[in-house]
This record gives sequence, structure tokens and C-alpha cells, in this order.
Amino acid sequence: MFEFGSPREGLVHSTSEVALRFSIQINEGPYTHQASDTAYQFTKAALEKGHEIFRVFFYHDGVNNGTRYTVPPQDDRNLQKLWTELAEKHKLDLVVCIAAAQRRGILDANEAKRQGKDGDNIAPGFRISGLGQLIEAGIQADRLIVFGD
Amino acid sequence: MSDEQQKKKFFYLNRKAPYGTIYALESLEVVLIGAAFEQDVSLAFVDDGVFQLMDNQDAAGTGMKGFSKIYRALGDYEVRKLYVEKESLETRGLSVEDLMPITYEDEDEDYAEKPSIILVDKSELAKIIADQDVVMSF
Amino acid sequence: MSTLHTVNKSAYERNALKSCLDHALPGDAILLIEDGVYAARKGGSIAPALTAAKGNFKIYALGPDLAARGVVAGQVLEGIETVDYAGFVGLAADATRVCAWL
Repeated sequence: MFEFGSPREGLVHSTSEVALRFSIQINEGPYTHQASDTAYQFTKAALEKGHEIFRVFFYHDGVNNGTRYTVPPQDDRNLQKLWTELAEKHKLDLVVCIAAAQRRGILDANEAKRQGKDGDNIAPGFRISGLGQLIEAGIQADRLIVFGD
Repeated sequence: MSDEQQKKKFFYLNRKAPYGTIYALESLEVVLIGAAFEQDVSLAFVDDGVFQLMDNQDAAGTGMKGFSKIYRALGDYEVRKLYVEKESLETRGLSVEDLMPITYEDEDEDYAEKPSIILVDKSELAKIIADQDVVMSF
Repeated sequence: MSTLHTVNKSAYERNALKSCLDHALPGDAILLIEDGVYAARKGGSIAPALTAAKGNFKIYALGPDLAARGVVAGQVLEGIETVDYAGFVGLAADATRVCAWL
């Protein structure tokens, strides 16, 4: 009845669903917009259903999800940590766009050195790479889902 | 990546005006990088997205980087399908004459200059969306 | 061969829902998320447009977003189905593509 992408091995609870490969694009940073929260809940639910997450790509202000220097109040969720933990558990590929990251001060050790900055702030589980990774995420996945403002 | 089987229809949905937010500029950066992947690319300008293509843009006085010229260069990147929605233009008091002339050179017709802007109405655009593999929204 | 459209904006502030309704094809699914869910509440000025659209599209609202915003079950327009995040994933899987009206 519906057309699915190529089926993959995986545990899917819904009878109508074949395991698919998803890519996620996040255009907004944490806290100001709900985009990262919704994307996180979607990603978690997709993994729990046995789908594969090919890549989560952080673009625009979305790169701000990838700094380990966020310190939200104790009673609030820590989105960076949630992403890091989900990535560790499921071996997720969390990619921060380098061009967007440089505009907004998100650096890994290599970039910090290259740009002559005195420190880096990329969170564990995240990596910085080029926009080609987003295009590849669109090519390789059965579905690309965009979360933004 | 250039394998024909891997070729997907990439659709960039632009609904936001330039300068007030960065979405238009950073969307364009994705289009330029994406061009190297040799996918079937088209762009749509809907709602305030049509403002991105206005002629006579000059951002100098704002201190911001002007980027309207990049749209005119898209043809050189093999990006040749820029769908502009009629209703969105009309609502904003615009016609296609208010937009930048954007062209590409058709190598199959002795490099004749052809317009990249394709005017479509809502129902035509709906069908175009329904034909895509990947929809990137900015 | 259908599209899942997501709308995350309040229909009372921006035109994302209107634009989505203008570009969806019969048989498509529309999922209201984040501030988009306010449109699913009975009594608002957008309600007649959504009710009319129900004939053409399947319309869903994300339950956790409704609950967060104080829109309780009895207040949701008839015919709009509430889904959780797993349901969102299912809708994305069932569609051929996902189009976000940001």
C-alpha cells in the first residue's frame, strides 16, 4: 500500500513499518526554540522502533547544540548531554556544520588550533564537518526530516 | 555519488526573506555545496522567500554581507530550476519584472542564455513537491 | 506516494499552516507539532479551514505538544488524530517524503 525505501534489518514494532534509515536536520539551537527537543524525541522514538539514524546534522543556530559549555539549571533538561548520551548509546553520527559553527564560535581542538583560538568547546559525541555531510545525509537516507523555526 | 541510481531529486523550499534572518544565505550555501554532488536540484521561492530574488538589492548600508549576486551565478553550478510562486508574488505586489534576471547557458543549444526562473502557481508547485525525494526547508 | 507535511507554527501568528494546506495533495498527511498544535483546538478562527481540509488530508497533532500547551482531549477538533513521537516516526515512515513548513 505504501512505498518504503529498501528494507533493512531491525526490530520494528508496528506491523506497517519496515526499518528505514532516517537523517535529521536541526536548524535551531537549544532552549530558544523547541526544534532540538522535538528532533531528540523523534530520533529516540525512531531508534526505539528499530529504525536507523544515518546522521543528525546541525545547521544554522543548530550548531549551538554542540557546545559542552552549556550549563542549564539543575531542574531543566541538558539537551547537549541528552544528544551526547543518545549518540554514545546508539553510535549516532552528530555532525555540526563547519561554516555555521565558525560563525557562531563552535570549535573542535583542530579548528581552535587552526584559527589561533585558546580553547575548543565541541561536546563529546559531536564532530565538525562540511555541508557535504548534509547532502550525503539526504542521499543516503530514506527520509530526511527537518526541524527548525 | 554520481552513479545514476543514486541521483535524487533535491528540493530546497525557501519561505523566508533575506537579511532579517540568516536562513536565505545559509540555504544558498547548501545549494552551492550540494551542486558538487550532481543531484537533480530545484529551488522553490514561496511566501516571503520570493523577496530573496528581488532586483536592486544593496546591503552595503546595513553592514551585512550582500549575497543576491550568488543567485545569478547559480546557472554556473548547474542549478537551473528556480520555481517562483505566482500567488506569493501577487500578494506582495510583485511581478517577475521586479526580480533579478537569472539565466543559465544551455550547452545543448549552443550555450544560449535561458531563464532559470520558472513561474508556477500553487497547484503546480504542489505537484512538484510531490515529485521530490528530499525536501530541505529553511 | 504521499507526503507528510509538518507544521510547527501557530496559525494565529504565521502562515505556515495556510501555506501547507495550499501545497498538500489529496491523500497527504499533515502533522501539527510544537506551536502548530494550537490550530487543532476547537473554537479558533482557523478551525473551519482545518475542518474543511479534513476531507482531503489526514490531519494529526502531536499529543505531548498538545498536553504541554494545555489543550486537552475534548478540545481537539473532531477528526484530528493525536499521535505520540512513535506515531510521528510511523507517519514519516509511511510517507514517501517529509516536508517541513518552517
